[in-house]
Amino acid sequence: MIPEIGTGALLVALALAVYGAVVAAVGGRRGRPALVESAQHAAVGVFALLTAAVLLLVYAFLTFDFSVRYVANNTSLGTPFYYRITSLWGALEGSIVLWAWMLGLYTLIVVLRHRTSARELYPWVLTVMLSIMGFFLLVMTVAAPVFARLAPVPADGRGLNPLLEDSGMITHPVALYLGFTGFTVPFAFAMAALVTGRVGDFWITTTRRWTIVAWYFLSLGLLIGGWWSYHVLGWGGYWAWDPVENAAFMPWLTATALLHSVMIQERRRMLRLWNVTLVVLTFSLTLFGTFLTRSGVIASVHAFSQGSIGIFFLSFLALVVLLALGLIAWRWDALGAQGELDSVVSRESAFLLNNVLLVAAAFTVFFGTVFPLLSEAARDVKVSVGAPFFNRVNIPLFLSLMFLMGVGPLIAWRRASVDNLKRNFLGPVLVGIGAAAVLRVLGIGSVLVLVSLGLTVFVAATIAVDLVRATQARRAMGERALPALAGLLRRHNRRYGGFIVHLAVLVVAVGVTGSQTWSVHTETTLKRGEQTELGGYRIRFDGLRESQESNHGKVTGTFTVLNGRAAGTVLEPAKKFYPQQQSPIAYVDYRLGLIDDVYLVLGDFAGDGTSATVKFQVNRMVSWIWIGGLVLTLGTLLAVLPEPRRKAA
Amino acid sequence: MKPKFLIGGAVILVALGYMIWAGVTQSAVYFVTPSELQAAPVPGKAYRLGGLVARGTVRWDPSTLDLTFSVSDGKTTVPVRHRGSPPDLFGEGRGAVVEGQWRPEGYFNATHIMAKHSEEYKAPHDTKEVPSKRLIETLDRSGR
Repeated sequence: MIPEIGTGALLVALALAVYGAVVAAVGGRRGRPALVESAQHAAVGVFALLTAAVLLLVYAFLTFDFSVRYVANNTSLGTPFYYRITSLWGALEGSIVLWAWMLGLYTLIVVLRHRTSARELYPWVLTVMLSIMGFFLLVMTVAAPVFARLAPVPADGRGLNPLLEDSGMITHPVALYLGFTGFTVPFAFAMAALVTGRVGDFWITTTRRWTIVAWYFLSLGLLIGGWWSYHVLGWGGYWAWDPVENAAFMPWLTATALLHSVMIQERRRMLRLWNVTLVVLTFSLTLFGTFLTRSGVIASVHAFSQGSIGIFFLSFLALVVLLALGLIAWRWDALGAQGELDSVVSRESAFLLNNVLLVAAAFTVFFGTVFPLLSEAARDVKVSVGAPFFNRVNIPLFLSLMFLMGVGPLIAWRRASVDNLKRNFLGPVLVGIGAAAVLRVLGIGSVLVLVSLGLTVFVAATIAVDLVRATQARRAMGERALPALAGLLRRHNRRYGGFIVHLAVLVVAVGVTGSQTWSVHTETTLKRGEQTELGGYRIRFDGLRESQESNHGKVTGTFTVLNGRAAGTVLEPAKKFYPQQQSPIAYVDYRLGLIDDVYLVLGDFAGDGTSATVKFQVNRMVSWIWIGGLVLTLGTLLAVLPEPRRKAA
Repeated sequence: MKPKFLIGGAVILVALGYMIWAGVTQSAVYFVTPSELQAAPVPGKAYRLGGLVARGTVRWDPSTLDLTFSVSDGKTTVPVRHRGSPPDLFGEGRGAVVEGQWRPEGYFNATHIMAKHSEEYKAPHDTKEVPSKRLIETLDRSGR
């Protein structure tokens, strides 16, 4: 009975969404507040129904209702409690439910926040959001029915994919989807602005905070995805340029561009057309990402192999792009630029270049990801370009972007004078070059590493210059150092939140540079009691033991680190044997450090436990990437604080 | 728009185009089946070879970390050598995708061995009918 109620709830929600979308549009066009209010009720109703559907699905998981195919496919009697809940988004159908629920949540917040503040745009925002919701509900009820029954009812389910039994799996999809769905809001506002012809700056200032929040969750989703890859998949890396990673990375790049170009529009009334385009591009890329990962067009680690859903997403994507482009064409004249670029050496130019490079990076990632399809269509040979392509093309782009990250926030608007440049950049440039020189003397030979670290120091120095100067200005007014700094952060929270996010990017950049350059790995077979050494760490193999867990068997190897900062640490990489899987799953063990991670993966082993093959890695500075995630969180929090009221001077 | 900006934009476009072109030509990996590879093997070219691990061909020596096996598409088999433990999903009669180069000595030198990880399970007994084209497209990160 429960599954039927769930399906019913989704069908009613679909009807409500369609109703709300139509009624809001009619209400907006004819200026009938009562109709808009009715649509608003529909939006709230959709959210309530979706919440009910999610709860029913969770209930089905918790009670092991294997008559529901989705439950039977993604859980088993042995699945631990938490993972029975996260199984909800362990596969295609459920992840779309999660997606739709979040979209419903965002719609609800839009209703609560903007129903009075954005009166002209609001009905159309509702229309757009409810239409998108309608699409997802259509997918949920037609293409991927999550409550579909299974007959005969199996005695036990197939269980969650063992790789997904991990804490990263709880947070990674949630963060990622919050990011993906979050961009629906700026998109809806942009469309509403185009429909109503109010293409001025209102919609963009209104959605600024939304964009930051969506961008933040997307960043977090990417970082947690990297962490999952690093500590679960056992290859010692965090980013593989896998199509699915790329699918999330492309909208991140365009959204990053948007965050910056918005400032130009706010300040100089320029780039209206460009900003609308970026919003459309970012939103389309989130749909494209879903299409890519859910259609099986491009194979990847994450790809599900359901066929029909791809056609749904592709059609919807085409519809969205066509409608959006049509609206942009319709309002072409109104979107024309009002300001003009004055000089190549100015903040506007720096931001514009930043945008061009970010979009270029997104394009190269797109190109590399769909390359196998292109080559097959054009020449009938399947050719792929892997990590070497993405690295080769993107490293110069990212290094240039780092340089701009130092220049952009400090260079003068309109036209920077030689004086302005000297005052702001002479010190940081010298410090950056100095740092690179010192590193060169210390024995770092790679030009790429020197450039990357030198740029990092340069950017950090520009931030320091700005902070010190601004703090001094306040101290000159009689404030003490710390309160002056705190007041500065609070008063200009957006600027300094941005700076902290830049610092986070630097920290991640150092982590990426360090880990790509200095990590070492080996693979060796050890007899019990035997030792091996790598990168200054010696480990000893102490033996194997077998155990039985709730839903799998496990063979654990015991290794002791004998020296260095990790001396005495016992690492226990294992192989897990799930009865429903033919092959074992490696369970990585590691000791994380600020500089070195000692990282072990158990390979093959002798049945009597006398010897084992182990992949032994010393990964360097990977932790900086995760620390960068924390710094990013702090910066974002500061940036989205409500701006303080300015006292009348 | 001032000409300076147009020139700047053109320079960026050309540079980007060149980087993409160079990137593609230098890091292209060709997807092939055992029959296609045997028909015209080019030493030094990067291949991704997909097929089934032929039964009775897997030799694994833990002391030297040498792994040898043959990949078959039912018509032709290709001998493969790899240094390192067999990955988790690797096994005789199962699908495997190997990435590496053809050696003039007459074997495929695999730097990566890949196998499919799916978030959803497939029935475990369908390995006989795995089409190699489809297999080649599947990969996972266990071999990296």
